[in-house]
Amino acid sequence: MRAFTTLTGVAAPLPMANVDTDKIIAARFLKTIARTGLGKNLFHAMRFNDDGSEKPDFVLNQEPYRQAEILIAYENFGCGSSREHAPWALLDFGIRCVIAPDFADIFHNNATKNGILPIRLPRAVCEALMEDARMGGNVRLTIDLENQVVTRPSGEKIPFEVDAFRKHCLLNGLDDIGQTMQHAPAIDDYETKRRAEAPWLFA
Amino acid sequence: MAIQPRTLFDKIWDAHVVETLEDGTVLLYIDRHLVHEVTSPQAFDGLRAAGRRVRSLHGTIAVVDHNIATDASRRTGIEDPESRLQVETLERNVAEFNVPYIPLLDERQGIVHVIGPELGLSLPGMTIVCGDSHTSTHGAMGALAFGIGTSEVEHVLATQTVLQKPAKNMRVTVDGVLPAGCTAKDITLAIIGKVGTAGGTGHVIEYAGEAIRALDMAGRMTLCNMAIEAGARAGMVAPDEVTIAYVDGRPHAPKGEAWERATAWWRSLPSDTGAHFDREVVLRAEDITPQVTWGTSPEDVLPITGTVPDPANATDETRRAQLTRMVEYMGLTPGQKLTDLKVDVVFIGSCTNSRIEDIRAAAAIAKGRQVAAHVRALVVPGSGLVKKQAEAEGLDRVLLDAGFEWREAGCSMCLGMNPDKLTPGQRSASTSNRNFEGRQGPGGRTHLCSPAMAAAAAITGHLTDVREFLA
Repeated sequence: MRAFTTLTGVAAPLPMANVDTDKIIAARFLKTIARTGLGKNLFHAMRFNDDGSEKPDFVLNQEPYRQAEILIAYENFGCGSSREHAPWALLDFGIRCVIAPDFADIFHNNATKNGILPIRLPRAVCEALMEDARMGGNVRLTIDLENQVVTRPSGEKIPFEVDAFRKHCLLNGLDDIGQTMQHAPAIDDYETKRRAEAPWLFA
Repeated sequence: MAIQPRTLFDKIWDAHVVETLEDGTVLLYIDRHLVHEVTSPQAFDGLRAAGRRVRSLHGTIAVVDHNIATDASRRTGIEDPESRLQVETLERNVAEFNVPYIPLLDERQGIVHVIGPELGLSLPGMTIVCGDSHTSTHGAMGALAFGIGTSEVEHVLATQTVLQKPAKNMRVTVDGVLPAGCTAKDITLAIIGKVGTAGGTGHVIEYAGEAIRALDMAGRMTLCNMAIEAGARAGMVAPDEVTIAYVDGRPHAPKGEAWERATAWWRSLPSDTGAHFDREVVLRAEDITPQVTWGTSPEDVLPITGTVPDPANATDETRRAQLTRMVEYMGLTPGQKLTDLKVDVVFIGSCTNSRIEDIRAAAAIAKGRQVAAHVRALVVPGSGLVKKQAEAEGLDRVLLDAGFEWREAGCSMCLGMNPDKLTPGQRSASTSNRNFEGRQGPGGRTHLCSPAMAAAAAITGHLTDVREFLA
C-alpha cells in the first residue's frame, strides 16, 4: 500500500449525501479479477451518457477536477455494499482523500486499507470546503496526516481526528497482514484454548 | 467483584478477542469465513504473491452466487467471458489453497447467505464474515456476522482474524403483534424508514421484543439482512428455542456431546438484564403496515397506502435536491398514489427473501391466479436445496401455472451483474434489499417489498396492498 503523508491537490465538490457504492462503481464492473483499471468506470451513470460520451455537467468531467485527488461530499459516503472495488475505482481515478461528515463503516475500513484517507468533519466545515472546491482554477487543499490538519486555500487550518492505528498504517504504507502475522503465537494460543471450550467450532 | 451485565454482542465479542492492541483495536478471531467469486480473486492473488497459505480450512467455505446465470444455460457453461473467468478463478484458487467448495451444479449451491444457515455452517455464538455486506443476515442465528472488503478477506484467509474496534450497542425493540399481511420485510423496512440509512453507523443492532421473538428463522434472516441498510455493522437476534430447533440436525451442526455443550453456551448468550445499550429505538408492531420503497435509498419507504412525496416540502436544500433527483430517476409525479404505479418486472429472490418460507408466501398469493399480461415475474430460490424443497411441495407448479418463471439458485436480479437485469426505465417490485440507482441494471427502477407484496404486484400489474388478497 502506498503511504499517505501529505497531499496538496485539487478537491472536487460532490454535494450529495448517501453516495452509495453502486454509484461509485456499478455491479456490472465488478467482474474483474484485478484491483486496477476500475477508474474509467468510476461514477459511471453520473459521468457518462448511454452512448459513452461524457456528461459535461458532472464535476469530474470538468477542469481542473479531472485531476482531482480529493473529494468533498456529504453524509453517509460509501453506504451499501462491501465491494472494495469502490475505493479501488477512486484510487485508480486518482482520488487519495475523501472528506465528508460521516462514512459507512465498511467503506471507511476499505478506504484506509488502500491508502485512501477518509476524513470526517462536521457538516458546516464540509460546506465551507465545498465552497473552496467550487472555486476551481488553481485552488488547492492540503492534507497533512502527521499533524492531522486540512489547510484551506485561505491558509486556515482545520484539525481532524484519525484512529491511531490507522494513522500509523497509512503514514508508513503498512499492510495489515504482515503486522497481524507478528501476533501468530497469540492466535495459536487462542485456538488451543477455544478448541477445548468449543470443540464443535473446529470440527 | 460484581459482573457487569453484558449484551449479546458483548458476549460474542469477548469470546473472540485474541489480543487487544495499544490503541484499543482488537484482533478478533473468526469462526466462519464464507467466500464467493466476486470479492475473493484479488485476495487469493495477495496470498500467492506473499507465499501465504489459508490458515483455517475447516473455517472456510466457498461458493459461487453473484455473477452466474439462473436459467438452464448454467448447465452448459457460463456464456459471459468475464463471469466465466471469475468463476474459473475461484475454482482454481480453492483447488490451489485446498478450500472447501460447493460447485455450481451441486444441489447445495446457492446464495452464500442462504446456504450458511441452511447447512448449519452458521451457528449461534459464532463470528462470521464474508466479502459481502449482507453477511449481517447470519446474525439471525444469534451470531456476530458482518461484511468485509477484499483486503480483509485476504487478512482472514491468512490469519483467521480481523482487526476491529468494538462497535456500539443499539437495541431495536418491536413490541406487540404484527398485523395480517405484514412480514419481517415490512418490519425491517419500517425500521430503516425510522432510523435512516446511517441510523446504525458504528453500531451493532440487536433486534428484540415480542414481534421479533414471534418470527421464524427465515423472518429473522430477512430482518438482519437489512441491518446494513440501516448503516449498522451487524444485526442480531438472541438465540432461543426457535434457533436451536432450526439448527438441530443440520449437516454441519454439532452432534452428541458437542451438541449439549454448544446449546448450553448458546442459551447463555442473550443480553443480561440491565445490559447497556448506547442507543434504543422502539416500534409498535401494530403500527407497521405493508411497506414499499418509492425512492432510490432504502430509507425512502412508505406504507403501500402512501403517495409520492413532494420535494418542495423538503426541509433543507440537500434533501430537496436528493428528492427531486429520486422523483425524476424513478419516473414519478409528486402526490401520485403508490398503488397506481405499473410494474414491468417482479423479482422474488435474493439473500433477503429467497427461503422456502418466502416461496410459500409468494405461492399462496399466486395460487389459482395469473400474472398480469405485461409483467415478467421471476422466482429465484436461494439455494438448490430450497428449490428441491419447493418442488417437493409442488410450489413450482403453482408458480409456473400462474405465469411466474421458476429459476435456478443465485443472486439473480438483486444486483445487475448477471444476465437477470432490468432494462433502462423498467419498473420492478422486488424482494431484494437495495433500490439504489442502477442496482438492478442501468436505468432500472426498483420498489422493495415483501414476497407476498411482490407476488400481488405480479398479479395485478401494479404495486398493490397485499391485504386486499387476504379478504
